[in-house]
Amino acid sequence: MWLELHEVVRRFGTRAAVNGLSFQLERGAIGCLLGPSGCGKTTALRCIAGFEPIDDGVIRAQGVVLAKRGESIAPEKRHIGMVFQDLALFPHLNVHDNVAFGLAHVSRDERRRRVEELLTVVGLADRCFHYPHQLSGGEQQRVALARALAPKPDIVLLDEPFSSLDSELRERLGLEVRQVLKRFGATALLVTHDQREAFAVADVVGVMRDGRLEQWATPYELYHQPATRFVADFIGEGVFLPGDIVGPSAVQTELGVLHMNGGARWRPGQRVDLLLRPDDVIHDDASPLTAEVCARTFRGADFLYTLRLPSGTQLLSLVPSHHDHAIGERIGIRIEPDHVVAFERKSS
Amino acid sequence: MAVVAAELAPPRSSRAADLRSFLLLAVLCLPALVPLAVVLSAVLTPEVEVWSHLLQYVLPEVIANTIVLVVGVSLGAAVLGTLLAWVTSACEFPGRRFFEWALLLPLAMPAYVLAFIAIGYLDYAGPLQSWLREVFGSSRWVPPIRSTGGVIAVLTLSLYPYVYLLARAAFLSQGRRAQEAARSLGMSAARAWWRVVLPMARPWIVAGAALVAMETLADFGAVSVFNYDTLTTTMYRAWFGMFSVNAALELAAVLLVFVLIVFAFERRARAGLRFATTRDLSQQAPRIRLRGARATLATCFAAVVFGLGFFFPVLQLVLWVVERAAMDLDARYFEFVMHSVVLATSAALIISAASLLVAYLERHHGTLMVKLLVRIATSGYAIPGTVLAIGIVVPIIGVNNTLQSWLSAWLGPSAPALLLQGTLITVLLAYFARFLAVGFNPVESGLNRITAAIDEAAVSLGAAGFQLVRRVHVPLLRTSLMTAAILVFVDVMKEMPITLIARPFGWDTLAVRVFEMTSEGEWERAALPALAIVLVGLIPAALLTPRGEHVA
Amino acid sequence: MPHRTLSPLARCGALLALGFLALTGCSRAPTELVVYSSRNEQLIKPMFDRYTQETGQAIRFVTDDAGPLIERLAAEGKNSPADILLTVDAGQLWQAAERGLLQPIESEIIKTNIPAHLRDPQSRWFGLSVRARTIVYSTERVDPQDLSGYEDLADERWRGRLCLRTSKSVYNQSLVAMMIAAHGEERTEEIVRGWVANLATEPFANDTRLMEAIVAGQCDVGIVNSYYFGRLVRDKPDLPIKLFWATLAGEGVHVNVSGAGVTAAAPRAEAARKFLEWLTEAEAQAMFAGANLEYPANPNVAPDPLVAAWGTFQPSPLNVAQAGELQAAAVRLMDRAGFR
Repeated sequence: MWLELHEVVRRFGTRAAVNGLSFQLERGAIGCLLGPSGCGKTTALRCIAGFEPIDDGVIRAQGVVLAKRGESIAPEKRHIGMVFQDLALFPHLNVHDNVAFGLAHVSRDERRRRVEELLTVVGLADRCFHYPHQLSGGEQQRVALARALAPKPDIVLLDEPFSSLDSELRERLGLEVRQVLKRFGATALLVTHDQREAFAVADVVGVMRDGRLEQWATPYELYHQPATRFVADFIGEGVFLPGDIVGPSAVQTELGVLHMNGGARWRPGQRVDLLLRPDDVIHDDASPLTAEVCARTFRGADFLYTLRLPSGTQLLSLVPSHHDHAIGERIGIRIEPDHVVAFERKSS
Repeated sequence: MAVVAAELAPPRSSRAADLRSFLLLAVLCLPALVPLAVVLSAVLTPEVEVWSHLLQYVLPEVIANTIVLVVGVSLGAAVLGTLLAWVTSACEFPGRRFFEWALLLPLAMPAYVLAFIAIGYLDYAGPLQSWLREVFGSSRWVPPIRSTGGVIAVLTLSLYPYVYLLARAAFLSQGRRAQEAARSLGMSAARAWWRVVLPMARPWIVAGAALVAMETLADFGAVSVFNYDTLTTTMYRAWFGMFSVNAALELAAVLLVFVLIVFAFERRARAGLRFATTRDLSQQAPRIRLRGARATLATCFAAVVFGLGFFFPVLQLVLWVVERAAMDLDARYFEFVMHSVVLATSAALIISAASLLVAYLERHHGTLMVKLLVRIATSGYAIPGTVLAIGIVVPIIGVNNTLQSWLSAWLGPSAPALLLQGTLITVLLAYFARFLAVGFNPVESGLNRITAAIDEAAVSLGAAGFQLVRRVHVPLLRTSLMTAAILVFVDVMKEMPITLIARPFGWDTLAVRVFEMTSEGEWERAALPALAIVLVGLIPAALLTPRGEHVA
Repeated sequence: MPHRTLSPLARCGALLALGFLALTGCSRAPTELVVYSSRNEQLIKPMFDRYTQETGQAIRFVTDDAGPLIERLAAEGKNSPADILLTVDAGQLWQAAERGLLQPIESEIIKTNIPAHLRDPQSRWFGLSVRARTIVYSTERVDPQDLSGYEDLADERWRGRLCLRTSKSVYNQSLVAMMIAAHGEERTEEIVRGWVANLATEPFANDTRLMEAIVAGQCDVGIVNSYYFGRLVRDKPDLPIKLFWATLAGEGVHVNVSGAGVTAAAPRAEAARKFLEWLTEAEAQAMFAGANLEYPANPNVAPDPLVAAWGTFQPSPLNVAQAGELQAAAVRLMDRAGFR
């Protein structure tokens, strides 16, 4: 395995910022640690980079131990590149020298060739002799990426690399960064709190909470088969609908009996919450089941309706935008239970 | 004043506004320009005879001496100040909190006092060598303190705080991110320090070293105690020994050439100051926790510098006070302290306010002429105090005499006699000429950190003109202004020649007392006023550090 | 910019200006004597206080180095508030007189009290106390029989045994000036070169350090002002050093004076003369010289007992004015001879 974390723990005082973190990343894959601020994702990244020691567990790259309790290879010996949240471009060096910074050991010709190649790939070949303060935010971002890639690191770490950019630029750059990383066959690990960024860049995403990994999976799986209630809540939109298990995969709800696929672990009588994504709730005028529109958001291609059931429970429904319904109107709905996931109801 | 307030609006430029601000600046800098004009006008009537003598027998050696001294002290102060600043701002070691503050204190210790004490202790007849002779029979192998190395060491110890202060601000604002970035690119911590941490702090270090170079050029007291001949001592020799004040002024003009060289160096380094501040990397980095031998080494290093530069000299002063000077302590001392404090405080306020205004004018109308004018106005710092004092006092006497003749023509014999030269105005004007550079440098670099975007944001919220200054700039510049005011305060406390020549009758200060005692070589009796200068200087130094994180 | 927004600034400015005006010395009491002094406060203030006590004449003074004081006097011209210039060196008085800043005073009292060689031949200034500059030696390593004149210290047998103060000291400048007066430049330069060749160590910045070096054994002989010796032995009477009354050109000890003159523009010249006359009288002379262990200029007044214990000496008969006249030449000579 190219990068492997096993039960990594990093404490600050008594608080564990990273608390038993384990995952593996294959060569050439782009991973992402996703989570709310304070979940320990940046600390995890700094542990991998070598800026923080670890208190327990082990970090390996290509089978070599990078860090374990009381033992740590110096950051500069790990062959790990990093793009920092604040970019940390060297203000006293121009673009060329920033990118060439990690190429001290290569011949001059080789260095020039490599810097040129990188700057061409990130589209900044003409900015060679500009200083960081003369560049736009997006350009600085690309310089930082080129600089991190220049020494051909085994792994590239990206710490919230788009946080200082506006949202439109963020998405576009996310794709660009992914293309650049893939082009160089780089193995990368991204840290972010923005799922759109994570989904745009990463092949595999880990959702972190309180220093632990809640789930490590592809974006598709995270969205449609969240392993925990927290992941379900954190990723995407959706509501929880209370229900009772009545059969191996049957749940009694106020919308009737719904059938989940693969719900074998439930025992009849158990009380659960069903995760209903907006695309699980289909608008169907023919359906006998109706709900009242209490809010709506026009999104261009579709509407996101907030619907209220007679019991007061609210649902979200994604409806093609030619179905224009006013607030207060009652519309027919139907549940597409294929992707419905159930979680044990909290006792409260 | 209308002009002044108009300048406070966000940057805009028109030819008329540029001209207006240039004139305003010229008026503002007048006190600093007059003595330079006096110095330069002396060149028009060269003292041929004195010069041919100086050129043949004196200047070659003296200029070499001056260069060696300035380069040695600037480098020494840069290395010492930078190392201490880095250790106290990036590392954690026993006593760090104390040393962070205490390492500034040598600033309050006049260099000539340190020089006198160093020679007293380390010369052949001093206690150290006497003891060595007792134990080993000879002390001939001890390097002589009264030597080039000795004078460089003493001035370095007394002037390094200028670099320390500025470099510390640089390291603190730099955070540790840059170093981490370098290490992620495969650089060892040590190499990262050389390639990234140090170059990023370079503009500040050089700015501090430039102040040190100017102080060294102007120093008379310490080099005299060492009998080390520099351009400054040669000026005194021409004036007091050969009775040629004109030759002294001409030598001051030569010294201005050195100042230009220092400025050129500083300018090159400062060109980086702007870019180095644009991206805020201020996320406070965790300190490197030093352990074992390294921690001991750091503590010892800081302790040795503090001990040599401040603690032991102060101890010696205290001993002398107890031994001899107690008899001089009387009610008048309260008055001396008051006079010193009043002068130092007014000078600090006036000069920092003026520095702010000058920095604004330069910011908003930074034409070449304006920049040149500011440079010239701040070069008085390198001219020895006595020469500068004459350069400002003599023109003021001229103004006084002109006013007097008008007054007499108007009122006849009943006209009151004017005495502008013996007033606090004159003293403060002369301080202004001498110390504008001290106040201006921190304010200027502070102002550079306020981007145009901040101005625009404030203006868009309705805070323009004076409001913008009061509500946005002053709070943002608070530490820079404090630094400026405190540096001026401490410098004025120590200042001697200007105070002597221009003070009103009876307005004796602590520095004047030091002069009274040392003029006939009674150094031990000078301990009392010298100690008082140090103690009063401690007060602002104490104000400076606790929040010194954003200094300058 | 609307006017009201700058009023705080304007108000501050106006207040500052007012404050300054209040501090300006707009007038001076017409009867107060004004003294510019380069003799320091603790040595002269007791004299002023005593005089005021005795005569009711109030005195104001400023202290500074003589150089700046003379420049100030010259710039002030006829508007100068100063009546008296007081210095610690004849050369500075000579220079002030040369620049026309002092006026002649005809006073029989002064002529009687102060010997001619301690006065300006044109009566523009005169000495008030005598500062003898002579040889100091180690009683452990030097036989006083071997000592004679300043010139003799250039002899080879003092190689590596001599300590000197810096040539920047006005006292050495006037000593060498007097040697030029006695021997001419050529011979004097030879002597000074001899001194420099005999130096045991770099010249010292003050006389006290020099004597300490002799005590510590760094050198055996040196040249100092007698009152520095007095101060040192007053605190430590047992030090193994002694003064030797050297001769200049075989005729007597080199002396300088601390002296005074009435300024050319003195508004109260008459009162100034009276005060200076008083300073030459017995009581004031004892105080003036005694305060700094110097010798009174008035030969009829005995020096301080501590000073008297060193024995009497014959002062060089050369007029001290020559120290000023030849001082610039002396400085150049020392530069040429490499005496730092």
